[in-house]
Amino acid sequence: MTSPATDAPEPTLARYNFAYLDEQTKRMIRRAILKGIAIPGYQVPFASREMPMPYGWGTGGVQVTAAIIGPDDVLKVIDQGADDTTNAVSIRAFFARTAGVATTTATPEATIIQTRHRIPETKLREGQVLVYQVPIPEPLRFLEPRETETRKMHALEEYGLMHVKLYEDIARNGRIATTYAYPVKVEGRYVMDPSPTPKFDNPKMHRSEALQLFGAGREKRIYAIPPHTDVVSLDFEDHPFEIQSFDQPCALCGGEGVYLDEVVLDDRGGRMFVCSDTHHCESRRAEGHRGALLGDEASADAASATVKEEM
Amino acid sequence: MVSADTLEPSVQPGPPSAEKPLLSVEGLTRVYGKRIGCADVSFELFPGEVLAVVGESGSGKTTLLNCISSRLAPTCGTVHYRMRDGASADIYKMSEAERRYLMRTDWGFVHQNPIDGLRMTVSAGANVGERLMAVGNRHYGNIRRAAIDWLARVEIGEDRVDDQPRTFSGGMRQRLQIARNLVTEPRLVFMDEPTGGLDVSVQARLLDLLRGLVSDLGLAVVVVTHDLAVARLLSDRMIVMKDGRVIEAGLTDRVLDDPRAPYTQLLVSSILQV
Repeated sequence: MTSPATDAPEPTLARYNFAYLDEQTKRMIRRAILKGIAIPGYQVPFASREMPMPYGWGTGGVQVTAAIIGPDDVLKVIDQGADDTTNAVSIRAFFARTAGVATTTATPEATIIQTRHRIPETKLREGQVLVYQVPIPEPLRFLEPRETETRKMHALEEYGLMHVKLYEDIARNGRIATTYAYPVKVEGRYVMDPSPTPKFDNPKMHRSEALQLFGAGREKRIYAIPPHTDVVSLDFEDHPFEIQSFDQPCALCGGEGVYLDEVVLDDRGGRMFVCSDTHHCESRRAEGHRGALLGDEASADAASATVKEEM
Repeated sequence: MVSADTLEPSVQPGPPSAEKPLLSVEGLTRVYGKRIGCADVSFELFPGEVLAVVGESGSGKTTLLNCISSRLAPTCGTVHYRMRDGASADIYKMSEAERRYLMRTDWGFVHQNPIDGLRMTVSAGANVGERLMAVGNRHYGNIRRAAIDWLARVEIGEDRVDDQPRTFSGGMRQRLQIARNLVTEPRLVFMDEPTGGLDVSVQARLLDLLRGLVSDLGLAVVVVTHDLAVARLLSDRMIVMKDGRVIEAGLTDRVLDDPRAPYTQLLVSSILQV
């Protein structure tokens, strides 16, 4: 997949290895990834490296991407669904520079999509790889602080505690109030943290055609969901899992059934709800869809949509 | 539960398992390097029976309790437990998964300090419901109903079901811990100084409650205590330990009223008279 044979464009600069990491490190990470794919949802420890960015900015995702990327890959990076925020732009530029790969913002064109906290609205297809940046891979962490104990709980499939958390949610709020990092059970075995994606995206993980890889740099864990794997969100029989719903379409593209971001417009309470997935929104607008704020026949107050369920 | 068609002529009335011990401990020894935790302890516990383990601090009571409750591997000796299907199993030959399953279904463990046995950051209802969820109960309404029912049985009001145990008094925490252990209707409960650190009036109420629950549910209990009054109130039989060894065993009344070993005589005569 990799070839270190890229000629240095400027001889005065020291040359990075292809995709920044040395080959030995990439092999180590690939071994962890293969193990993760073999045991869906299991957290594989790996020797996470220092990356030229702070922890919490996607060092896990970047290492996974660096280990799997090849010169023919097309990379897309999103941050909360957007291609144009600092984190996404920097990581895209990082790989454009260190691996010389083509980058894109178009979801269908990408072969590797590195993401922070969203899954694209466009359905992923076979052959694509979705790389998640994960801050805290352990779903039981805030329930059981001891790592020795949580690993034992995973090994023995003792997941009653996860439902204790959901019980607490209902007892305090009348419903399951967890809206992101909503725990899932993978292939009927491991309980997994899907990283802080909104629970809106959980159903997209179920039997996805794309390979999903999760990298946590600071916590030194890699896990994976191979294509066509069952991913079921945990719930109670009398409080079934539900995704967020919005009572207004996107203010820019008029899209419905998508995850919306709230954007404050002024200091008088004006705000709009727009697609969090910027590529989805832009391509819909290019197709001629127009939302309320782009001003055609729709009234102006449609823009101040309210979210039915708080984010 | 015996249904009509299982009442074959060979079955005699009366509990069939009553003659067979629930727990049998043989030659149990635990050493810490050169020091002895407990040495060569053997006893049998029958269904519905309460056994008190008494002795002074450092006599090996807690080591013994931890060994027989699968929390601490013994150096040698065996612990056999009669499962619900009637088969006797060596708890240290089970897989860890089986052992842990047993611990949260058929067994209970009441710690001296409720902080060790409770989740202090989740509500009382979730504390009681945790075992139900651990064995696969996935209906919120049913779990909550069971939790409220059990809180009532240990005299904690329904209005406290969503409060965290850290807002509870010491006596309430201990009662909550008991409810949390009994919700799966275990057959065997281990208690380590259940009344330790409580003042006497709270102690008395807790003992009263425990006595009621033990007789209502037919629990078998191993209770470790240094308080002979607790042993007399709760237990049918008792064993007295000194320096890791059992020096006297027998019916509670007999041991307390007619102690034979010199150490037991000393222990009984050391009770403060008010």
